[in-house]
Amino acid sequence: MKKITKAMELVATSRIAKAQARVEASLPYARAITGVLTALASNARIDHPLLTPREQVRRAGVLLVTSDRGLAGGYSSSAIRTAESLIARLQADGKEPVLYVIGRKGVGFYRFRNREIAASWTGFSEQPSFADAREVGETLIKAFSAGADDTDGSAGADGIVGIDELHIVYTEFHSLMTQTPVAKIIGPMQVEDRPRSEGLLPAYEFEPEAEALLDALLPKYINTRIYAALIESAASESAARRRAMKSATDNAEDMIEKYTREMNSARQAGITQEISEIVGGANALAASGSEV
Amino acid sequence: MAQQLHVELVAVEEKVWSGEAEMVVARTTEGELGVLPGHAPLLGQLAEPSQVRIKQAGGQQVAYDVAGGFLSVTGEGVTVLAESATPATPAR
Repeated sequence: MKKITKAMELVATSRIAKAQARVEASLPYARAITGVLTALASNARIDHPLLTPREQVRRAGVLLVTSDRGLAGGYSSSAIRTAESLIARLQADGKEPVLYVIGRKGVGFYRFRNREIAASWTGFSEQPSFADAREVGETLIKAFSAGADDTDGSAGADGIVGIDELHIVYTEFHSLMTQTPVAKIIGPMQVEDRPRSEGLLPAYEFEPEAEALLDALLPKYINTRIYAALIESAASESAARRRAMKSATDNAEDMIEKYTREMNSARQAGITQEISEIVGGANALAASGSEV
Repeated sequence: MAQQLHVELVAVEEKVWSGEAEMVVARTTEGELGVLPGHAPLLGQLAEPSQVRIKQAGGQQVAYDVAGGFLSVTGEGVTVLAESATPATPAR
């Protein structure tokens, strides 16, 4: 038992390192695309559907990232709890939540409670690739664009019931010991165009036009955000699993130690008893011999 | 040539290549484009598929096949953003 949990702990430890390396590796791209978007946003007029908040938000998409496998302590359940409180908040605001779930644990949770899931993806929670993120992102962006012309109770001109807002719930990786589930809004996006200290940004040339560029860039940016959330969740999942397995190993160790002690003391008691019997017997013999 | 371009080629999952170069050649949706040091700031969407060639000092050249890419030229250097980038057989 101890060996199994120890092995899982070690596997999880190596996965953390790998996942952390991937978080690290994706940073340059994330930084670059944010820089490009900021430059674009401060040079072009922003009225892209992915950027402007809708006047009336009827349906809000919630993307929940959980794990595929259990034995990771409270990892999935705390992510689900965060999602649940977000959903409750959305409902209180009069928005209808639409669920998108990643990972078998989350899917199982909502299936069991007969709650509707708009779409779900499983099988890559521990080692997500960008292709997975893109697949998720494309589905969400399609739903988001479809939501633009929805009216009360009907699906609007395109016949698809879409969403007007998009939230993501994933687990942030702080360190090996702390991972916190967070809920963030990713659609409509808020691009910070912070004023630079060194004055105006250089006037960019755009190829093609700025609007066309924005059209091409924004979905990629959302995909990148989803990918970042996925890999960070993967790192958190491994860390949570490592911690769960470590305490399981420690428990097993404690138990082994306790029972070994008990066994030893039982054996020792047996030996002591045998010795005292022998000694007692010998004494009795000696006593009876001297009397003769 | 003392002036050099600082070039970074980043894919979503990793940084692919970075270093100093004399010229970067890429094809945007509008046409083929060569970037030399001192180029005006530019943002471009790369054609699909596109090959990015990075010419280094000493006549060396590295080439990558890039999918879903963007090109950003600033005062500091050139950044190529790609969904995926694979080394191409260098055409000398």
